[in-house]
Amino acid sequence: MTRDRGWLGIAGVVAIGLVLSLALTERYHHRILTLVFLWATMGLAWNIISGYAGQISFGHQAFFGIGAYVTVLLAAKLHLTPWLGMLGGAGVAVLAALLIGTPTFRLAGIYFGLATLAYPLIFRILMDFLGYQEVAIPMVRDHPVLFMQFEEPRTFDLLALALLAATLVLSRLIETSRLGYSLRAIKENEQAAEAMGVDAFRCKMAAYVLSAAPAALAGAIYAHAILFVVTPDGVFGVIAIVQTLTVCLVGGVGTLWGPVIGAAIMIPISEILDATAGDRFPGIQGVVYGATLMAIMMWAPEGLFWRLRRRPASVARATPVVPTAATAEAPAAAPGPVQLEVRGISKAFIGLQALADVSFEVREGEILGIIGPNGAGKTTLFNVLNGFLLPDRGEVRWLGQPITALRPHLVCRRGIGRTFQVVRFFPHLTVLENVMVGAFAHGDAPGAARERARDALGRVSLAGQADTLPAGLTTLELRLMELARCLATSPRLVLLDEPLAGLSSDGVEMMAVMIRRTRAAGVTVVIIEHTIQALVKLADRLVVLDHGRRLAEGAPGDVTRNPAVIEAYLGKRWLARHGPDHAATLRP
Amino acid sequence: MAASELAQYVVTGLLVGGVYALMSIGLALIFGIMRVVNFAQGDFMMLGMYLTFYYAVALGIDPLLGALLSIPPFFVLGLLVHRAFLARVTGGGDPNREMDAQLILTLGLSLVITNATTMILSPMPRSINAPYASKAFAVGPLLLNQARTYSFATALLLAAAVYAFLTRTDLGKALRAAADDPEAAGYQGINVRTMHGVAFGIGIALVAAAGGLLASYHPIEPNVAVNFIVLMFVAVVLGGLGSIPGAFVGGIVIGLVQSLTLLLLPLQLQNVGVFVAFLIVLYVRPQGLFGRRARTV
Repeated sequence: MTRDRGWLGIAGVVAIGLVLSLALTERYHHRILTLVFLWATMGLAWNIISGYAGQISFGHQAFFGIGAYVTVLLAAKLHLTPWLGMLGGAGVAVLAALLIGTPTFRLAGIYFGLATLAYPLIFRILMDFLGYQEVAIPMVRDHPVLFMQFEEPRTFDLLALALLAATLVLSRLIETSRLGYSLRAIKENEQAAEAMGVDAFRCKMAAYVLSAAPAALAGAIYAHAILFVVTPDGVFGVIAIVQTLTVCLVGGVGTLWGPVIGAAIMIPISEILDATAGDRFPGIQGVVYGATLMAIMMWAPEGLFWRLRRRPASVARATPVVPTAATAEAPAAAPGPVQLEVRGISKAFIGLQALADVSFEVREGEILGIIGPNGAGKTTLFNVLNGFLLPDRGEVRWLGQPITALRPHLVCRRGIGRTFQVVRFFPHLTVLENVMVGAFAHGDAPGAARERARDALGRVSLAGQADTLPAGLTTLELRLMELARCLATSPRLVLLDEPLAGLSSDGVEMMAVMIRRTRAAGVTVVIIEHTIQALVKLADRLVVLDHGRRLAEGAPGDVTRNPAVIEAYLGKRWLARHGPDHAATLRP
Repeated sequence: MAASELAQYVVTGLLVGGVYALMSIGLALIFGIMRVVNFAQGDFMMLGMYLTFYYAVALGIDPLLGALLSIPPFFVLGLLVHRAFLARVTGGGDPNREMDAQLILTLGLSLVITNATTMILSPMPRSINAPYASKAFAVGPLLLNQARTYSFATALLLAAAVYAFLTRTDLGKALRAAADDPEAAGYQGINVRTMHGVAFGIGIALVAAAGGLLASYHPIEPNVAVNFIVLMFVAVVLGGLGSIPGAFVGGIVIGLVQSLTLLLLPLQLQNVGVFVAFLIVLYVRPQGLFGRRARTV
């Protein structure tokens, strides 16, 4: 979607809202309209943390309730106007989001969702305990406007519409910002995002704080327009989060249109049902919401918006062409000073010593191959180098500085990029957007990041596929895209985890050219492979790992003649029969 | 405070915790084998309370026996619910998406059950007047409520039976195999989908039985589901998601925390103690007391 269409859409929603507000005459219809706007706002707020960032929160009504309670209590106890009170409520909600988020974002996936359940329940019990089972909004007849007490029901839906418009604008700004891309990357693959320099914790916190404020304001307006008497059950109760979830899931998650569509459909239905059948069947709303959630999950889990939206037209495919050797090959420069020092790294998992006292150095401008049979500890080594794992012992130094305890995004920002054994792409981002996530590592604005990403795609001959989704790429193209994403972080050294795995011989050749080009551009390369053949041609030096230990190190020719290496690969018997000089199978 | 008073709180907590343990085992079994967080578990417990109630009112069956008699119909109900709903929801191959989708599906199911029960049976609380509900065994200075003691003993027996079933029988082993590695289990001729249905049936049956036991001393109303599902979540996370011995210990711990919280906080804040314990465990040891930390990458 282009920039302008997004803003036009928001203007359209506001215009339709205004027309409806002016056209409707009955008080009851205005009530429904207000509710549609408020729950759309609440849905948008939830969507920021749970839709964009993918951190499903089952406790978002905590902020809604805080907004309602703080505003009404300030008016009742201190006689403060709710216009200021609701800002106070939003402030308290932001503070609560910081306090809740700091520990809770240490949890991943399902644990995060379960932990969020607890907060509104705690608030609910506390409000009961503090004697705030029912807090009425004080009637102030002298200053109705100052105390948000309007005779005219239209005023409330205009107020709610203004909040909805503001939240739409906020969502739109997030969607098109660096934060928005980072959040979507975190949702799709948090580790890959961190390896590309995204500070996942800070991004999630930012999203959480930004989603708490609109929820609190919606709560404050809800209290004045609908409730009049705030109760723990009314604002912290299950139905508040259920309505929020339902409008988002029905409409579609991860887009600003989803909650608006969902609220426009679900709120009128449930209100009308409640008004016509609520007396005879208490709980009918709950049944409708519950059945809707079930039906959506069974038949349209992506929501109406994504279901109705046409997929972007696929771009004419141009398979990347292997550049001719002349343009790509660059003479191997003499190795420069030591960049990366690995000293005595050990790492054990339960019952398995993955790395035992591994040491080696990487020099600027070289291509270093790390080889070893499966299970030798190669990927564990990379995970230690890029900060995913903390070693049990040992130290990693980068340009003379210790980086052992640095978190992955900081390792990336210092100039160490990496790729993964199984390509970790962001499936719902286009190829260009995938690479942009890497380009953001140096604090670019989206426009500059887009340029940097295009440039990186061009360097791996993948510019033609910029606007497709990664699902349409071949294995080679995925590996190239991941290399481009890694290069977009402007690394000085790249860690490539089996970049040749699963490629055809043409693909291997293409990848080898790209790797040489990368080095020619001044980037040091460290490659993991489990087949020696592929690396002997490519690497300047090899380090051999076996069962977590460094078995050998040296020039490819020497290493392939090393009896210990041959034994690790081919076994003792083979060595006894053929001797080290016949290790032809290990050579190209 | 006298030592006997403390002991009384501990004993009361243990007795209640036994029933929590049984209901949590059901939830843990479903998660452990199916990777589904079942939000509707509290609602099936509530339905189990009602079934035991009607057994008692209509047929004069003692709630302890009624709880056991709830097992077969709820096992079948679990199979049906799995076949009709859960088996149809997948995350398009992404395990995290699938977990979220199942969670939201069961949340919807929970809303439907609670509210439909309210509509059909009215929100009015009911209770079974078991003759032993207001009597107590005196053990030295301690008083053991008889209904809770019987429930505790029955819950323990059922939990032991589940454990024996999972570790000793072929079906139990097949269930665990389906949990450990669904793909490999499939190659061994285990129908993973059927195993998931069986797991869901057993999980529902256990929580319904726990509800029946609870009904011998706890009021029965549609809204009990919400409070108990949260306690079950806490117990299961405490023990390590999916670990059955963990859930058992988690349930007992929740009973103890609830009971001992009364020493420090007023009754209204009883569950705040539980939630705080929950949050502390999550932060300090998210894999739970018995869970293994997943390897990164």
